[in-house]
Amino acid sequence: MSKIRLDKDPFNIIISGVGGQGNIMASRVIAGMLALQGYNITIGETFGSSQRGGSVMSHIRVSSGSVWSPQIPKCSADFIISIEPTEAIRMLTDYGNRHTAVVSNERPVHSMAVISGAMNYPPKEDIENFLYRYSARSCLVNATEEAIKLGNPILGNIIIIGAAVGMNLLPIGREDFRAIVSRQLKPHLVDINVTAFDIGFAKTAAIN
Amino acid sequence: MAIKENPLLDPKEGNFHLYLGNEAIVRGALEAGASVAAAYPGTPSSEIIEFCSRVAGDRKMYVEWSANEKVSCEVAAAASFSGLRSLCAMKQNGVNVASDFLLHLALSGIRAGMVLVACEDPGALSSQNEAESRYFARLLEVPIIEPGNFQELKEMTTWAFELSEELRQFVIVRSCTRLSHASGIVTIGKLPEPATGAHFRFDGNLLDSLTGPMHSNPAPLRHNWQQEKLKKARAIFEKSPFNTYDGPDNPKLLIITGSAANLYSREAVHILGLKDRVGILKIGTTWPLPQSLVKKNLARTEKILFVEEVLPFMEEQVKILAGENAAEIGAKTFFGKNDGMLPMSGELNPDLVVTALAKIFDIKLDTSAQEWSYNAAMDAMNLVPGRELTFCAGCPHRASYWSIHNALQMVGREGFVNGDVGCYGLAIIGAGFYAMKSHYSMGSGTGLASGFGKFKQFGMEQPILSVCGDSTFFHAAMPALVNAVHNKSNIIMVILDNGGTAMTGFQPHPGLKIDAMGSNAMPAVNIEAICSAIGAKTRTCDPFDLDATRKILLEFLEDEEGAKVLILKQLCALSPDKRSGKQYAMSIDKALCVADSCGCNRLCTRVFRCPGLRWDSRTRTNSIDEVVCSGCGVCADICPAGAISKVKITEASTENVKNKVG
Repeated sequence: MSKIRLDKDPFNIIISGVGGQGNIMASRVIAGMLALQGYNITIGETFGSSQRGGSVMSHIRVSSGSVWSPQIPKCSADFIISIEPTEAIRMLTDYGNRHTAVVSNERPVHSMAVISGAMNYPPKEDIENFLYRYSARSCLVNATEEAIKLGNPILGNIIIIGAAVGMNLLPIGREDFRAIVSRQLKPHLVDINVTAFDIGFAKTAAIN
Repeated sequence: MAIKENPLLDPKEGNFHLYLGNEAIVRGALEAGASVAAAYPGTPSSEIIEFCSRVAGDRKMYVEWSANEKVSCEVAAAASFSGLRSLCAMKQNGVNVASDFLLHLALSGIRAGMVLVACEDPGALSSQNEAESRYFARLLEVPIIEPGNFQELKEMTTWAFELSEELRQFVIVRSCTRLSHASGIVTIGKLPEPATGAHFRFDGNLLDSLTGPMHSNPAPLRHNWQQEKLKKARAIFEKSPFNTYDGPDNPKLLIITGSAANLYSREAVHILGLKDRVGILKIGTTWPLPQSLVKKNLARTEKILFVEEVLPFMEEQVKILAGENAAEIGAKTFFGKNDGMLPMSGELNPDLVVTALAKIFDIKLDTSAQEWSYNAAMDAMNLVPGRELTFCAGCPHRASYWSIHNALQMVGREGFVNGDVGCYGLAIIGAGFYAMKSHYSMGSGTGLASGFGKFKQFGMEQPILSVCGDSTFFHAAMPALVNAVHNKSNIIMVILDNGGTAMTGFQPHPGLKIDAMGSNAMPAVNIEAICSAIGAKTRTCDPFDLDATRKILLEFLEDEEGAKVLILKQLCALSPDKRSGKQYAMSIDKALCVADSCGCNRLCTRVFRCPGLRWDSRTRTNSIDEVVCSGCGVCADICPAGAISKVKITEASTENVKNKVG
């Protein structure tokens, strides 16, 4: 069954971002990899009107045993994977605790308040400081920037998935990713996605 | 786990898959041999038909997106009358729409199994109300059952078809956002051979619903038969394996729960380590309530907590039962919604159940985690800007409302927009420049406008507009337009035609050539021709052409004779035909844009506020966010300084981008 034992059962993952960023795709890929390992997975998602520029999140419960609530109780997320950095902070304060690990894309998506000038988007060092102060481990990844180099910014999600796996908290690896994308994508897209995964993986695996 | 292209078609009994809740429901229907599925999209139910669509060919099904929920029930009933098992699915609001037909159908009963899946939205995460179909089931006097986990979503759906045939009554399966839009591991059963042969028999007795004509008369006699079916249902429910008890024989507290609240209850008991003191009675067969079973469980203890969403439905039923049987089972103390132990509005979660249990058991909760969270939130408050909902970058609605807002401002007289359900409802907030001043159910914007447009005789001088989407037009706005035209109501109905049912995930509607089963050659019903035929002055325009749109609006605002229709036609930015293809490459000329010192007061970022634009308050510059911008080109036309430029992108470069999509 599992290659690495989970630190905690259920192990609680939150995947967050802004509507339209591909949050649901990311959660299904990660959950799919874990399900292939034989874990009992429960995912709770928000979609619908909350897609329209609002905060979105998926709750993933990973257990070697039973079914858990599709909503993670407050203060009990173990790992936050975010496609947008301020959403990582929002999720950490809502669902995290001092032991939570965070990996996030560093690319901001500006909200209406920022675009209109009513509020400022925090500088990267403030975000880093916050995550350093309030999480057990954190890593910001320039995923969108790397994805643009690969030819499409949407691959930033895959880079983040690679970075999440590189944090070495999940009992999954590169081959599990290849297995999942081979099932879900057209053959000519598999390699570019695995390349994106590897870029993300290298960024966090080097640190951890 | 088997690796298959489509896990819904896995034939191997005993395999397991990670299914979305709605997918589990569909697998349940497939295992029951459902032949027909019909629905109108609505969150959180929409994926049910989408999953059916993908297997329609393999499973030899007929699957359709119906014009509205009432029609979807009628299509499903026709299948049942013809001997085919059928499924219809809808969100909670859909049950209201369908209820007129359902009240008749409940009297006549059905033939082949018919299951109505009502997916509800406690907390109104993607809705405008928290309505409940459990109360509808009681009004309709038909059985309603509630799966309490992912496996049960599949199994209870399959069982609902058998139950429906045993009772000759349609059965409601109630799901909710946290089941339909959640995923879990489901072990699958057998797939039967697809059904063949359909025939509607009507040569029997006028009162025989199995062989005679189908109708609901005489109502009192049929009503009595209907209630006999409920008694039979209750007897079946008493023995149902979907009602379970977990816990000690005589717990200190009995939780009565069902649906997603079952999972919250289990988690809360686990968190507080109360397994030896709390028993959980999970009810799957919610109504009619299996009274003997509940009575037996009530006798276990004196304290009972109800954990259910949203209103105290089971609480009321059980309290009546306990009152009637007080002599036998003794006096009870009840906790739930009525005493405020749990909130009577909004969504439940494990934390709320933990709080209720802690109160009942007088447990002092460790608050250090909450204190940490509070401190972190206080620190984050000054750091993290809020996220107000808005239209996507390149959304045609932003351009449409820009023109509507500007035209109304130019005319003055406090003109306003009446709206209904869809992304375009966001005009009640800043996304649509606050143009919308009333916002109700499907088609209601035009019905309300039809009323407002008649009050000139009382001195009302305000220009009256309504908006509705293309899908909503077919669903419920057509009768309202007929009403406005016939009664010479002075209104402008703006149809925001973005080429699909966009908010729920771009399902097709009768105005398109595509259908739910992949055909690309359906007759597209022409909205413009309908409006003209009804007798409204009708014009069509591209909302991205701001000048032309404003001109038509101003012309219509001058015209005080009856109902006018403006169709603003432009594909949704998320449309599969448009996605990842930019029409224009956008850029801002830093030499021409002097930001807020130009006198425009930052029309682009402060007022228009497309998420594809960026404002840097430190450097005081506007820019384009290349990652978010969809290249619609509209912002170039609103910049008075001509600082934003658009350059047409060729097809070839768009294709190039598409091939790199992950």
